[in-house]
Amino acid sequence: MSDVVEKTLTALPSLLSLDSQPGSAKLSSSSKLGLLIRGITELTSKHEEEKLIQRELSSIKEQVSSPNATMRQMKELMVRTIYCEMLGYEASFSYIHAIKLAQQGNVLEKRVGYLAVSLFLNENHELLLLLVNTVLKDLQSTNLIEVCMALTVVGQMFPKDMIPAVLPLVEEKLNHPKEIIRRKAVLALYKFYLIAPNQVQHIHNKFRKALCDKDPGVMSASLHIYTQLIQDNPEGYKDLTASFVTILKQVVGGKLPMDFNYHSVPAPWVQMQLLRILSLLGKNDQSTSEIMYEVLDESLRRAEMNHNITYAILYECVKCIYTIHPKSDLLEKAAKCIGNFVLSRKINLKYLGLKALTYVVQQDPKLALQHQMTIIECLDHPDFIIKRETLELLFRITNAQNVTVIVEKMLDFLRTSEDDYTTIDLIGKVAELAEKYAPDNEWFIETMNTVFSIGGDMMQPDIPNSFLKLLSEGFDSVEEDSKLRLFAVNSYVSLVQGEPSKLPQRFLQVICWVLGEYSHLREDLEPDVVLRLLAKLLDMKSCSSETKSWVLMAMTKLCSGGAAACAAQEVSETYSSSLDTVLRQRAHELQFLSQNSELQARVFPRSDDPEPVEVDSSLSFLDGFVSEALAAGAAPYKPPHQRQEELSRSKALNMEPYGLSLPISMSSSSIAERQSPTLLSISSGLSGDSTDLSHKGGSTALKLDGVKRVWGREGYLTQKEPAEAAQVEVPSPLQSPSQQGDGDRSQTQTSTPAATPECDQEKQQLASSLFVGLSSQSSVCLMGKSEPTFQRFRKKTKGPSTSSITSLETANQLVSPPPVDKLLCNSLLDSSIASELGVSSPEQTTQLSEGFTDNATCDAQVELAGSDMKGSDPAVNGDDDCDVAAFSEDPDPHKDLCLPSHLPAEFSGLVHSEITPVVTNQSLDLSVCHVHKEDCLVLVVFITNSTDSAIQQLLVQIVSEELEVTCMYDSPEEEVRSHVVAVRQYCIKVKRPLVHFELVGMVSYQLPAEMPQTVQFSYKLPLTSFIRPLTVSTEEYGTMWLAFSHDTKQNLTMMSDEQQPLVATLNALKKKLLLHVVEIIGEEGIVACSVLQDQPCLMHCRVHAGMLAVWLRSSVPDLPDCLLYHCQRTLQEH
Amino acid sequence: MRVSGTKDFQKMIKFVLMVNQQGQTRLSRYYEPVDLSKRAVLEAEAVRCCLSRNKDQCSFVEYKDFKLVYRQYAALFIVVGVTDSENELSIYELIHNFVEVLDKYFSRVVSSLPIMFNLDSVHIILDEMIQNGHIVETNKSRILAPLTAIDKMADG
Repeated sequence: MSDVVEKTLTALPSLLSLDSQPGSAKLSSSSKLGLLIRGITELTSKHEEEKLIQRELSSIKEQVSSPNATMRQMKELMVRTIYCEMLGYEASFSYIHAIKLAQQGNVLEKRVGYLAVSLFLNENHELLLLLVNTVLKDLQSTNLIEVCMALTVVGQMFPKDMIPAVLPLVEEKLNHPKEIIRRKAVLALYKFYLIAPNQVQHIHNKFRKALCDKDPGVMSASLHIYTQLIQDNPEGYKDLTASFVTILKQVVGGKLPMDFNYHSVPAPWVQMQLLRILSLLGKNDQSTSEIMYEVLDESLRRAEMNHNITYAILYECVKCIYTIHPKSDLLEKAAKCIGNFVLSRKINLKYLGLKALTYVVQQDPKLALQHQMTIIECLDHPDFIIKRETLELLFRITNAQNVTVIVEKMLDFLRTSEDDYTTIDLIGKVAELAEKYAPDNEWFIETMNTVFSIGGDMMQPDIPNSFLKLLSEGFDSVEEDSKLRLFAVNSYVSLVQGEPSKLPQRFLQVICWVLGEYSHLREDLEPDVVLRLLAKLLDMKSCSSETKSWVLMAMTKLCSGGAAACAAQEVSETYSSSLDTVLRQRAHELQFLSQNSELQARVFPRSDDPEPVEVDSSLSFLDGFVSEALAAGAAPYKPPHQRQEELSRSKALNMEPYGLSLPISMSSSSIAERQSPTLLSISSGLSGDSTDLSHKGGSTALKLDGVKRVWGREGYLTQKEPAEAAQVEVPSPLQSPSQQGDGDRSQTQTSTPAATPECDQEKQQLASSLFVGLSSQSSVCLMGKSEPTFQRFRKKTKGPSTSSITSLETANQLVSPPPVDKLLCNSLLDSSIASELGVSSPEQTTQLSEGFTDNATCDAQVELAGSDMKGSDPAVNGDDDCDVAAFSEDPDPHKDLCLPSHLPAEFSGLVHSEITPVVTNQSLDLSVCHVHKEDCLVLVVFITNSTDSAIQQLLVQIVSEELEVTCMYDSPEEEVRSHVVAVRQYCIKVKRPLVHFELVGMVSYQLPAEMPQTVQFSYKLPLTSFIRPLTVSTEEYGTMWLAFSHDTKQNLTMMSDEQQPLVATLNALKKKLLLHVVEIIGEEGIVACSVLQDQPCLMHCRVHAGMLAVWLRSSVPDLPDCLLYHCQRTLQEH
Repeated sequence: MRVSGTKDFQKMIKFVLMVNQQGQTRLSRYYEPVDLSKRAVLEAEAVRCCLSRNKDQCSFVEYKDFKLVYRQYAALFIVVGVTDSENELSIYELIHNFVEVLDKYFSRVVSSLPIMFNLDSVHIILDEMIQNGHIVETNKSRILAPLTAIDKMADG
């Protein structure tokens, strides 16, 4: 340490100590502040302190309001008030006096007045307006000290709205002969830029002047503005790179006056600021980076003095080198630098080294390999912070091969951690890693169990939510899914049998849900056993009412059948009189459903492949409500990120302990989404395994094998080899001999003297398991760059099966079905699943034609099926249904194939959908297709009389609430002879846009000598069937855009076309949705379409941060939302 | 992830505290608005974090979503709250620079009086060094220039 420091340090204790100095008592007694401080220091309780300060404050209050108080006394009083308020006692009475003091006091008094104002008031305080005049006056003062003070306070806080009043005066000061005034003026403008950037837009060139100021102080003040400006827009300031490089060169080269030195290092903080600016400028920009290589090299070279401040500079330098476009020899030097840090015995330096390594490892994972032994040692470091930082580092280098070891280390740490914030943060990371890289089911469930146990009720609610989502949505293989679920069930049953009272509520809720959904997978487990286990939870004192309602929900799913129903009855009786309304509701549901097993089965169909729930993601059905609310003066909706932004702007320093991202209440979202009180949404309905059947291949099994081999007892050793090989191999280019020597020395130094060879070996083993997969050749899985092949629990990108089917349907409508589909359909009909065609609906046929074997049939379709179907089992058991049998026994491909020939000739040139059978009974076959005409959609209904006699009084009525349906020809023949096809046409127009339209048809007819009969059918049309390209010029588009008032915005995922993602995306939309691409300019594109011919909708697309920001506008309410839904669907399919 | 995007570059100082070993606050300066009612809790917790550590441990502590950098001078602790992306070592040295400035001023101007009895002067010095959470001046003579000028005027 230098002499200067030594001297300073010895001088300091006397300077800073309060209590140990004999002389101070006498001196301080003359100062009232001294008395106050002394008084407070001597107190022993908080209560006494409060009493003393309240007394002090009331005495101050009395004195400041006295008209005789001199400014000198006022200043003294104000300092005391500052002290009291600093201790947390509000003294708002003094605020106005502080402003008065700044206004009327002489120099020192004025300064204290300004100081008190800046301490007491925040930027939005209304009293601040009273300061504006004083500031204006002082800015014009001839006394430089007063000008200086005014500029200081302006740089600290100033009412945003009053900036224009002082701006000209501040600008003028930029040319002041005194450097301190120029410097303060620059800082004041910086403040203005922070609070109101557009107010200072016109003086950007003056900032450049400040940057070139001959005084280094003014120059360095301007660096703050440039850091901010460049951060906001790096492209705009590339031309300044050379200037910053020159400045840094001069600073590093010692060209500044000596008094800028700190411990003989020239202006270290300015150097660091410049390095940060350079890294902002050089990021992802090779040519700009090249300009700075030389100066970075010089900075590294110059910063060789052994002092903390040079290390601080080196740290910035290393970060910069790893941020900008890489240059190998600089990287090498930077890596060496990090090595020195990490190996240092100075703990602060070690910390900084780990932090740098954490940053750098994202670019260069090999560096972690080099320092693996140090990292291992840091994991066992006695200092909590070092451990914590090491875990952060490990988190960044986790891959499928080392995940178990790293997660174990993290959990070890968590078990000893007492800090809530750390726990929340780390538990989230463990959950993230577990989901991403889990090697097997067992490990995954057990890890998540630990996560839930440790994370308890303070972890972020999205952890259990996404866990349940993962379980319910499943992965690529149905078999694996049930294995995972079964494992979870087994694990939870034993937990509940153990000591459930020790488990956190959130975990219990997860357990309840899983047992309710999946306990049937375990065949030896009777529902009533599970029910009794769950009932035990209800009796626990610690069980919250929220958890109780989860328990009851789970019971509701299990309560069918004898013993279970009895057990459920008991419970529901207890809770049906509960004071908690939610519990009471649940209890009543349980009671009702346990008595009616048929309804229970319908509400909770127990199937691994459950019927998907249709979700209108655009929530278009609420639009009416929203517009009403808006009209009534409600505030418009702001998306969560915007709200969050505004929130964080309003209170910048969040002192709430759990102020983490968006709070999604587990209970509310889960219950609302999956277990709504009306029991309409089917609890397990999110699974969509069928959709992925076609993608299912052997890949899953292969992947799993690969991973397991790594972690088998023997496999462990085989993995060790490449890791060690890499360890030997890697250092050679990057580590200089001296460096290696260093490393060796430190290894011997840091290992405890008692360390036995086994201990070292243990560490070696740990190292090989931690750093496996990081060697240069093996696949690198870093945060954010994870390799998909190793992700076991990859979330499905596709939505639930219905949605994809609907979009498939859309696709089919646009091109007439190829004959192959028909064949496929027929061959499937012949096969085992033919029986399921009982109530064939458009969806199903499409599904079949696509080769899906989704055996889920929805209730809604059943209800809409032919009247003669009514009363049959809702769970569609085709085997005992004669209609179905008739149909499946007689597939008669000829019948289907001949229908197209009945399509009216006038439609021959037009695009039409596949002809879909909608109703079949003994007497009729009803098929429907739709034809895209320019001005309308024509629905063509084919009625085939399958009886041997003529059908009479045939009447087809089609209705829809949102569509306008007109019959195209006044009812033609009312009689249809035997085995003849009658064709009806309906012209359909859109009254009100919807995502999907539903047409309900009613066919009434009479067979000779029989009662008249009716058959109902339904037919679904997506909005896309009505969309037509709208050819407009860019100018026309512009006029229309301004005229339209209904709009919506969203970010969509783009297609991953390397070259032109925007063009590729728009082309896909054009192809699938028939939109018209008006123009594409650079990163922006405009697209137009209309619903039939009269309802135009415009779309504006812009590439933003890798996403497609779309903005839709239309003259028709709801249309933008509906169209957006389809765009989203279309793009998701890719 | 804790930090992302532009926030990563948002380096700043959140507050500066001077606290004695009993945990009593001697000076506090916040660069982000914090409710008066929450300050006492924050300060008490921050001090507890720092006091519980020994000399062999790192001078940086994690506290909630930010870091504390602290340095001890005899019975006095100086604690600086910084964002996670700030360079802790540079702040550690900034504290020392601040103390050296205090030393320079108080040893020359009001030699023996403990600095805490001159709360206003300490604040004025700090204001010259840190503004809006950024380090704006580290040159000792320039930091002291306004204050010495004020003193001269007050005396004369």
